[in-house]
Amino acid sequence: MTTLTDSGRAARRRHLPLQVLLGFLVVYFLVPFWWVIVNSSKDAAGLFGGGSSLWFAEDIDYWGNLVDLFTYQNGIYVRWLLNSALYAFVGGIGATVLAVMAGYGFAKFRFRGRSFSFAVLLGSVMVPTTALVIPTFILFSQLGLTNTIWAVILPTLLNPFGVYLMNIYTREAVPDELLDAARVDGAGEVRTFLQVSVPLMRPAIVTVLLLSVVASWNNYFLPLAMLSDNRLFPVTVGIGMWQGIASANNAGGTSLWSVIILGSLVSVIPLVIAFLTLQKYWQGGLSIGSLK
Amino acid sequence: MTVDLATRPKAATPRGPRRRGAIARGHVGWAFVAPFAIVFFALLVTPLLYALYLSLFQKRLIGGTSFVLFDNYIKAFTDPNFLDGIQYVIVFSAVLIPLQMAVSLSVALILDAVVTRFARFSRLMIFLPYAIPAVIGALMWGFLYSKSFGPIAEIFGMFGAVGPDLLSRDLVFFGLLNIVTWQWAGYYMIIIYAALQGIDPTLYEAARIDGATGWQITLRIKIPLIAPALLLILVFALIGTLQFFNEPQILRYLASGAIPSDLTPNMYAYQQAFALANYNYGSAISFALGAVVFVCVYLFMFITRKRGSFLS
Repeated sequence: MTTLTDSGRAARRRHLPLQVLLGFLVVYFLVPFWWVIVNSSKDAAGLFGGGSSLWFAEDIDYWGNLVDLFTYQNGIYVRWLLNSALYAFVGGIGATVLAVMAGYGFAKFRFRGRSFSFAVLLGSVMVPTTALVIPTFILFSQLGLTNTIWAVILPTLLNPFGVYLMNIYTREAVPDELLDAARVDGAGEVRTFLQVSVPLMRPAIVTVLLLSVVASWNNYFLPLAMLSDNRLFPVTVGIGMWQGIASANNAGGTSLWSVIILGSLVSVIPLVIAFLTLQKYWQGGLSIGSLK
Repeated sequence: MTVDLATRPKAATPRGPRRRGAIARGHVGWAFVAPFAIVFFALLVTPLLYALYLSLFQKRLIGGTSFVLFDNYIKAFTDPNFLDGIQYVIVFSAVLIPLQMAVSLSVALILDAVVTRFARFSRLMIFLPYAIPAVIGALMWGFLYSKSFGPIAEIFGMFGAVGPDLLSRDLVFFGLLNIVTWQWAGYYMIIIYAALQGIDPTLYEAARIDGATGWQITLRIKIPLIAPALLLILVFALIGTLQFFNEPQILRYLASGAIPSDLTPNMYAYQQAFALANYNYGSAISFALGAVVFVCVYLFMFITRKRGSFLS
């Protein structure tokens, strides 16, 4: 890119209209972020005072708003962030481990009931997860599991699409001959799996992990239904609750809006950083399902 | 390590007859699948069967809970609230999915053609909304739509016009449409883009030698070759949209009165179960919705199976 050849420069000029179009699209996709970044610097007066909502007010008060955010209701926001992290990592890693093992089992072994089980699995990809929330809630309430962290973590472990992705990837990436060679060398099945197969499955593992973590970090319906103690809320449910309160009392809630806006901004930072740093993993990985 | 393993002379470990080994390995296969299978039974099969069971009962104020067979389903499929919800998500999908496909496919095709630093940066930025929880995305757009602190009214005001109120009863459909497109187009774009990158470039060379234009290459080579990816996305979008919940639920607070609590079937089921404690009817709606989604997606895949689907 640094040394442009003449043909490269020509190609670049030829694509100029397309790049302008891309520029407009980027603006569209970034506008909400820009709005939140700008407006989380404002206090209630700046927000409702009638200044431009796409530019900073005279007082830039990130620090004051941050202090408000982290001390509001005894600093419950920090707890929500930690809860989200806990649910996302325990649920995400658990789901990935189960999916990797099952995907490998389906891809590399012939066993009784295999094709039937796999057909059931594929059908289950089509079952909308939200249809499971209400019956799972009732089941869990009978087991005394509602309003505990397990009510959020356990359902997150179910990721049939992850198993499907692992299966198609493993079929190609882990040759049978290699497994046979390892077995002939005297490696047990567990060792063959961990030392021969897992390293070859790594791109798909990272993808499934990323998808599971994102799905559970972004989860809203399930924790909304399962949890009633606001100290167990993930950040999505917490901010949603604040927003309900702020909307309900328009006059009294004005100071809460600055907290909500900054809270939204802070809550998206971890995943945005994760995506930007893990770029090379997810960009390749997301294609697994599409190439068949 | 892999080369080492493959080329090392085979160790002379004594092994049983080949048949016995294969059977033993069958058990190993089950052992690998078992942990997931347990979770699958506990958290998918059991809740589904339980929902079916619950949906066959009715709780009355007098007389307690009684078995009513399919009464809840008859009630659901004659309940205007539920039917309106189904109609709403179907109309919403019919507008959303083509729009989303068009946006993500065109962006992917542009990114496949333009290879510059700016294009790479754009790819990342357009994908970014996928990392944002639906709740926060809906909130952000809710702020932008808001009359008290959003920029839309302001921008139209500069031209002396009145901006559209995307939180009003008439326009909230488009407000929601915009949020969902913004949220997912980038994710779909990456899947399509990856599929485009997987095409053998010599095909383009050959086509160019035969005199094909850029448009012809796009329409006759690129799009047909990425059909499986497009189909995968369609199925995802269909499953996702029919269970629409988060965005309207969040916008409800901001759009006072414009979004009823039973806008979509999922919201209706939530309202029945958690606001009215009517678990039997809530389960029936959930199960009926699940069945509707399953049948829709299955029919869709059946119709398009010739084009090669991800489930074949």
